Amino acid sequence: MIQLSHISKIYKNDSVETIALDDISFKVKEGEFMAIMGASGSGKSTLMHIMGALDLPTKGTYILDGEDVGKLEDDELAEIRNRKIGFVFQAFNLLPRTSALKNVAMPMVYAGVSKEERKEKAKKFLEMVGLADKIDHTPNQLSGGQQQRVAIARALVMNPRLILADEPTGNIATTQAEEIMAIFQDLNDNGHTIVMITHEPNIAEHAKRIIHLRDGKIVNDGNHHKQRRVKR
Amino acid sequence: MDISELFFEAIGTLTLNKLRTGLATLGIIIGIGSVIALVSLGQSSQKAVAAQIQSLGSNLLTVIPGAQSAGFVRGAAGGATTLTYEDARALQTSPQVTTVKNVSPEFSRRTQVTTGRKNTNTQILGVTPSYMEVRKVSLASGSFISARDVESMTKVAILGSQVVSDLFGDGVNPVGQSIRINNISFRVIGVAESRGGTGFQNQDDVVFVPLTTAQKQLFGADYVTSISVEAQNESVMTQAQDEIGYLLLARHKLKDPASADFTIFSQNDILGAASAVTGTFTTLLSGIAAISLLVGGIGIMNIMLVTVTERTREIGLRKALGAKKKIIIAQFLIESIILTFAGGVIGMVAGVATSYIISNMINLPFALSPNSVLLAIGVSGAIGVLFGWYPAQKAANLQPIEALRYE
Ligand SMILES: Nc1ncnc2c1ncn2[C@@H]1O[C@H](COP(=O)(O)OP(=O)(O)OP(=O)(O)O)[C@@H](O)[C@H]1O
Ligand SMILES: [Mg+2]
Repeated sequence: MIQLSHISKIYKNDSVETIALDDISFKVKEGEFMAIMGASGSGKSTLMHIMGALDLPTKGTYILDGEDVGKLEDDELAEIRNRKIGFVFQAFNLLPRTSALKNVAMPMVYAGVSKEERKEKAKKFLEMVGLADKIDHTPNQLSGGQQQRVAIARALVMNPRLILADEPTGNIATTQAEEIMAIFQDLNDNGHTIVMITHEPNIAEHAKRIIHLRDGKIVNDGNHHKQRRVKR
Repeated sequence: MDISELFFEAIGTLTLNKLRTGLATLGIIIGIGSVIALVSLGQSSQKAVAAQIQSLGSNLLTVIPGAQSAGFVRGAAGGATTLTYEDARALQTSPQVTTVKNVSPEFSRRTQVTTGRKNTNTQILGVTPSYMEVRKVSLASGSFISARDVESMTKVAILGSQVVSDLFGDGVNPVGQSIRINNISFRVIGVAESRGGTGFQNQDDVVFVPLTTAQKQLFGADYVTSISVEAQNESVMTQAQDEIGYLLLARHKLKDPASADFTIFSQNDILGAASAVTGTFTTLLSGIAAISLLVGGIGIMNIMLVTVTERTREIGLRKALGAKKKIIIAQFLIESIILTFAGGVIGMVAGVATSYIISNMINLPFALSPNSVLLAIGVSGAIGVLFGWYPAQKAANLQPIEALRYE
């Protein structure tokens, strides 16, 4: 489903060059559940943005469902982000002064879903993440963990085949984090491809495969049982 | 997401910051308002001038002595003395002139008129009986100058209503009384119906006497100051103008029409000259007003750019979630169009009200063509598109991740 070949991302600010990703190549098959781990600043989010068709690499090609993302127009990228990918941002990125319900419904607005259906579906997904009683709250009336769950609901609401989650449980208490993981597990069992970034090994354990990044390079790639063995 | 949804969302955003929205539209309100007010006032004065000139009849030609000069100078008649009563009679009787119905030679000069107790300075008009028909004069009482009066130079006078009130007081019938013009006694035989008169001159401030009496007895002149000609109808005006021109050239023994010592013009010529003046004036003022509209448009653009910058993160998020360029452009264009359109409508109402009040104050008929209203509304919408386009484009072309990172 996903194929990255020799992906590099270099940020140039004035004269300072930051190599965020350095010649990364890997594949993700349809139906995989993968975790990306690595220290802060190792390039996890940068990689995720490229996989989510939100950003373009400086070098290398990214093939998603057989299409070279680097060659697509802005509007085609928007379409892909809308239909194929559910993205959970590390910083949530909810629309301020806008209710949780409307925030979750937003991707459906651009998919041309009718108003009633939008409302109904958004409600259902907010219930699923345990926020049934908070649908009318605006982001500044919600805790960090609640905001994160709104962001997750928004990523799932279009029923995308690929779910990219940047630290989806970073602000959530362990019990609720397990609930979120159960949802992800369930989606994965139903054939959705999931890639998530996490710091926490016990969350990463839910994934069948873990990639380790260090300074923009892949240092380890394998299923987590091997991983454990390596650690031991 | 359809237009109505975008529209309501835009209204929501605009009401979030009412003061800013109000200030942004103010420029458009002032711009459209002043354009509308000035155009309307221009149309009002044009209408007033046209009504006055047209009241004399559209088949009226006037011949004045003196060569054609650039522009139109009414006082030019005083200088030259090349037209005579005989010229007028020839116009009436010549077989070469087929399109003329009535000819009215006139001698006009201002002088002092007195009853002994009161006096006034007024216009003495020496005329023949055809004046009444040609210049559409009707009488309030008494009778007008007859052919016999002209033949025998009788000393009779018909007074305009202004002169009656100046010399005899309001509501007095002076028929049968006598007045003195240049110390010669005249018997009042009639009073002309009031015609009102604004603009060029007061048409009631006049005393009519027989043409020959004015020429010989009062002012010792053998020329006329103008000849009014009534053509058969409106469609033969050009032909009448040509016939009169050829006859007078021949009578004055002139070969080259360019050397003509007289000038012929129609009411339409005057109307044309007058509307050219008011038209230029209106255009000029509207041009200045249009500049304020432009400034208003730039204000809108400025506000929209600020809005786009402020909402960079929001735009980035919308794009990240699948908003296409078109919908982002529509979102911002709709906002700027609402701003300018609302400004346009309010400005139009303000402009119409201003023009209505002013034209009432200075006694003009209120006029406003529906075209200029439609134009104003169209223009204000177009300004929204024009000045909203760049900010909207700027928003639509933002890259999602960069925009989301903006602070
Ligand atoms: N827009 C940018 N301009 C310059 N440098 C950038 C930019 N975005 C990211 N970087 C740099 O790229 C590197 C990778 O950043 P990235 O956000 O991918 O890290 P991360 O692995 O997600 O870290 P964290 O775990 O803290 O979220 C960092 O060194 C960061 O400073
Ligand atoms: Mg990160």
